[in-house]
Amino acid sequence: MLPSNASSPINALSLRNLKKTYNNGMEALKGINLDVEAGDFFALLGPNGAGKSTAIGIISSLVNPSSGSVSIFGHDLINERAKAKSCIGLVPQEVNFNQFDTAKSIVMNQAGYYGIPRKLALQRTEYCLKQMDLWDKRDIVSRRLSGGMKRRVMIARAMVHAPKLLILDEPTAGVDIEIRRSMWKLMQEVNQQGTTIILTTHYLEEAESLCRNIAIIDQGRIVENSDMASLLARLNVDHFILDLAQPITTVPVIDGYHFERVSDKILNVAVPKENGLNRLFNELTAHNIQVISLKNKTNRLEQLFMDLVDAKTEGNN
Amino acid sequence: MNYSIAFRTIVTKEIYRFIRIWPQTLLPPAITTALYFLIFGKLIGDRVGTINGASYMDYIVPGIILMSVISHSYANVVSSFYSTKFQRNIEELLVAPVPNWVILGGYVSGGIIRGLLVGVVVALISMFFADLTINNAYIAISIAILTATLFSLAGFINAVLAESFDDISIIPNFVLTPLSYLGGVFYSVDMLPGIWQTISMGNPILYMINAFRYGLIGITDIDIRLAFAMTVGFIIILTFFSLYLLYRGTGIKN
Repeated sequence: MLPSNASSPINALSLRNLKKTYNNGMEALKGINLDVEAGDFFALLGPNGAGKSTAIGIISSLVNPSSGSVSIFGHDLINERAKAKSCIGLVPQEVNFNQFDTAKSIVMNQAGYYGIPRKLALQRTEYCLKQMDLWDKRDIVSRRLSGGMKRRVMIARAMVHAPKLLILDEPTAGVDIEIRRSMWKLMQEVNQQGTTIILTTHYLEEAESLCRNIAIIDQGRIVENSDMASLLARLNVDHFILDLAQPITTVPVIDGYHFERVSDKILNVAVPKENGLNRLFNELTAHNIQVISLKNKTNRLEQLFMDLVDAKTEGNN
Repeated sequence: MNYSIAFRTIVTKEIYRFIRIWPQTLLPPAITTALYFLIFGKLIGDRVGTINGASYMDYIVPGIILMSVISHSYANVVSSFYSTKFQRNIEELLVAPVPNWVILGGYVSGGIIRGLLVGVVVALISMFFADLTINNAYIAISIAILTATLFSLAGFINAVLAESFDDISIIPNFVLTPLSYLGGVFYSVDMLPGIWQTISMGNPILYMINAFRYGLIGITDIDIRLAFAMTVGFIIILTFFSLYLLYRGTGIKN
């Protein structure tokens, strides 16, 4: 990717008491504070309607805030608008380019909007489209491209001015697993070359495997903000699915573990961390139950996410 | 930040857009105006005689040219900017460090260029039917540019405020076309009965058409200084209103 100058010690993004109330009275953001360090790969998660799209909209100048401040690499979004905006590249959730334009003209025009001279814009467009494996499709009218290609056009467009902060708003929604994995690889490369990335996604395994820090937003408030490792360490119980060698008729009762029968040869089990798997297998062997294989029932982050959002909802009720 | 590059990008994109769809943008006015000249100018005009000393054909040529400039400068901006809004690719501009005045200037310039280009096409076609003379080129060109600017701005405001494709056809069909036809394209305002003369004087398009007619054939029903003052005044008002709408994010920001 185009190298970005992201060695600054200041935060890539700082939100202070950011509020947004829409004209219909809906309070989408209730005063959020958030810092994202330069060079971070940051996950901004939340259920639908939580306020994350509003937050991203405000950061990207697509939504006017009601109050509060946004600072991008030290540039206030209101007072140093041009400098702040020059630092950002946005890959939106939905395709938002002119589908009658070619991939090349879409990326070239975006370079022009950022004031990049034509000769340099051509070089950057070629570089970005080649990175996205789209160079041979550059002159095809974009509505004829596949869904995955359209998403890659949007990434190339967002990267053409070598932003220091790249915001990816559900970039892999609706694309197949092969494209998703290639996009993960690409995002990691972009981040390793110094670009700060903020990722929103509903695929929590994506956030877990890519991101170092995380914020969870729910009902217009940040309900969690920490590094991924310490957040996951807080999860006390893992859930596993056990494939059994022989069918069982009754659910085993073992102190410290909770079982749930799915079918004759499949059991779900909740394993508290303090009890671990070794004792579980010893106990199952003692009960004459042979396990062929096991797998995680839910993604760990998904479990935490649900716990945090559920706890917040219950608190409000 | 070099805003001239962003400005040129928007203008080039706009020109490329209407050139790419030339059968929708440049061909129809050529055919429509050729029919105007044939039917109104030639077949009917030969029986009308002269107006204020000019043949009927010569009299209607300036009005038809300016009517095309008005409708196409308006149509270019209203359809282009509304489509940009509708497809949400306006976000490409909002995310980038492009000031509002560059966005406005870019789209309005696109409208002016298309309006004037159509005006040139219609003028060339009129040469098959009339001896196109130029009384004062400066007046003709400047009022054509100012008129194209004014209606490009009006088209921009319509696009910003529009919430559906119906909203972008209402003004052209129910306001612009009637005002253009009643703006003295085909007749002198002196030919109208008293009350209608007074009512016509409230139609701003009448002033622009007469100023343009003066620039081409030296005939006008009104004081052209008033036409220039009125057009420039409207341009200033609509420019500030457009910038206010962009500042507020009306219709384009949530």
